[in-house]
Amino acid sequence: MTISRRDVLKSLTMTAVGGSVLRVIPLEAAEYAHRMVKAEKAAADTHAYSPKFFSAHAYKTLQSLCNTIIPSDEESKGAVEAGAPEFIDLLTSENKDYQLTLGGGVMWLDSACRDRYGKVYLDAAPEQQKEILDLIAYRKNAKTDPGLGQGIEFFSFLRKLTADGFFTSEIGIDYLGYIGNTYLQEFPGCPPVPDR
Amino acid sequence: MQVKRTPKTYDVCVVGSGASGGTAAKVLTEGGLSVALLEAGPPLDPDRDYKEHVWPYDLPHRGADIAGRARHELNDEFMAPNGAWEIEGEPYISAPGSRFRWFRSRIVGGRTNHWGRIALRMAPVDFKVRSHDGMGDDWPISYEDVAPYYDKVESYIGVFGTKENIPSAPDGIFLPPPTPRCTETMVKKSCDKLNILCIPSRLAILTKPLNGRAACHYCAQCGRGCKTASNFSSSQVMIPPAEKTGRLTLITGAMARELIAGKDGKVTSVSYIDKATREERRVNARAFIVAASACESARLLLNSRSTLFPDGLANSSGVVGRYLMDTVGSNAGGYFPQLEKMPAHNHDGVGGMHMYLPWWKFDRKNDFLRGYHTEFGGGRGMPGVGDYDDLCDQVEGYGISLKRECKKKYGTYIGFAGRGEMIPNENSYCEIDPTAVDQWGIPVLRFHWKWGDNELKMAKDMQETYREIVESAGGIFIPSRLEDAAHPHGIADGGVIIHEVGTVRMGEHPKTSALNGFCQAHDVKNLFVTDGASFVTNADKNPTLTIMALTWRACDHLLDEAKKGSLGA
Repeated sequence: MTISRRDVLKSLTMTAVGGSVLRVIPLEAAEYAHRMVKAEKAAADTHAYSPKFFSAHAYKTLQSLCNTIIPSDEESKGAVEAGAPEFIDLLTSENKDYQLTLGGGVMWLDSACRDRYGKVYLDAAPEQQKEILDLIAYRKNAKTDPGLGQGIEFFSFLRKLTADGFFTSEIGIDYLGYIGNTYLQEFPGCPPVPDR
Repeated sequence: MQVKRTPKTYDVCVVGSGASGGTAAKVLTEGGLSVALLEAGPPLDPDRDYKEHVWPYDLPHRGADIAGRARHELNDEFMAPNGAWEIEGEPYISAPGSRFRWFRSRIVGGRTNHWGRIALRMAPVDFKVRSHDGMGDDWPISYEDVAPYYDKVESYIGVFGTKENIPSAPDGIFLPPPTPRCTETMVKKSCDKLNILCIPSRLAILTKPLNGRAACHYCAQCGRGCKTASNFSSSQVMIPPAEKTGRLTLITGAMARELIAGKDGKVTSVSYIDKATREERRVNARAFIVAASACESARLLLNSRSTLFPDGLANSSGVVGRYLMDTVGSNAGGYFPQLEKMPAHNHDGVGGMHMYLPWWKFDRKNDFLRGYHTEFGGGRGMPGVGDYDDLCDQVEGYGISLKRECKKKYGTYIGFAGRGEMIPNENSYCEIDPTAVDQWGIPVLRFHWKWGDNELKMAKDMQETYREIVESAGGIFIPSRLEDAAHPHGIADGGVIIHEVGTVRMGEHPKTSALNGFCQAHDVKNLFVTDGASFVTNADKNPTLTIMALTWRACDHLLDEAKKGSLGA
């Protein structure tokens, strides 16, 4: 690319200043610049992600959990393809509270699995994994077994961050069917709301 | 330390570059005066600072910002740099038993970068509350005094809306309103059944090109900064024309510390800390406009003590810091199953509501005095971090069932926000904390806060009304999450609605007010306080439009005085 985004924006801004008192870029220019940014991003090299906080083992566990929380189905890919583990690892690397809840949470899960099944979560059989997740995926289970409290807290927070990671991705946004973030001349209104 | 002086004497020095300071800079420089404009924050660079149109997945933290802080507070990654509840090194204190939060924007344009652009005129009765219901005080000016300035402001900044002839919500000079969204027509139908007014909203967003600015392109992202300046901010709309006159000197990173009065009782200079060098500097001027935001302006006056003004500048009445008001805020929501059947569609629109509920019970006796308006919104917006927290807690579990439930519920929620008038009370005020200073050595504010009974009754009415509207529309009501012993009926803590006003109020009498009807200090003739501090009451109208109108009017008065040769004389 011979001309950088900054150059484009700069020249657009200067042109606009020549024609107007206000530091405003015209609509077409704004849209053009935005497209350039997207193209640049797309052209950039994509490297395999190396975790900033989680150990290799813990990161694999995180990926597995993300995949279980929001999996692929016939309608769309899931949280792992949407980059949720990378997103969660980055945030956790920067936040001490998250390090306790999530970093500690993965270790709690492995300990709980070792106690119950004699092996860590990733090595447990699929039905064992399902059993422990079914215990920590619902708050009401803490009432019958208070020893699950920490696991429930961990899973509840991980579920939210996984949803964040999935629904803010291109995959998640397409899956929801959000249409917008565009440049319209007029706002057309919406289709009519069906009665209940 | 040596104090550096700028030898030049400006005609006017304006402290603060937000709605009020920006308006002052424009009106005064265009009127021929030289102006020094002080801003405590850095300059704003739309190219660098605006985030408009960037998808969450194009940001390193998806808009969650560093350490996920956006999940807990406002942030800069996804939004324009528009302010914060806490500023490092610049604390404020809530007195024991008081809960008050103070939102500040240290950047050129101030809180207009954050403002929801809701531009509502105060009604005639809002200026004369004591005459009407016996509570509080009347303003020394009337709607008729301010109306020509509402006209000027609306004509210049651009406000959309419709003529409705509603006594509680005077019409203005309006651009055409945008087409309502389906969520809004649905709420309107319900309101019609209940005889509740629901009309096109009035926002400072252009639906037609105006004064060199392009019309809105309907991306719903005003809060992320608008590169086409189709929404209003002081930084993009007020300050550029002032700069064009060649008479504006904008000084950023300038934290005003004290106004210095001469022996004749007039202000001669403002002392400020240059944040970059931590040195103290001064700007000399013939007149001063304090527009640092209601509480910050009160702080500056209270910190400007001298033998002539032992209780702070322009405070012989003792009212500075008193009569602190915010807006009564209580929120609720609704889930609307019929919205699950909506086909995918562009629901963005402008960066705010296309319709709202003005105060509609002005013609009857209510359980409380004064009124409130209601803002509402929801539907199929751009997904963002934190959007699925509540649903995740509600649905629990994991897997395809969770994924599909999230999709099914997408765009089916509408939130309602009541915004009502608070009556000032003696328990709500700010003062200088006796011991604490900020990192610039400037004594900080301590806030005292208590809602009155009238406010609590109003919040109750909001919750009841939103339940009726939601249920009559076929939805399921979601009451305020905030409701607990400290927040009856979900009333927000003081300051949270970010409509602080009243701390340097105007009035007829110098014994009970600090300013005259032109925002000019009774005690110090070359000093004006033109921001929300000057308000006598805090009507249910968001204060910004009135702040700009009062500032324009004060500046016209100041220009008249300058023409007569009495400026700073």
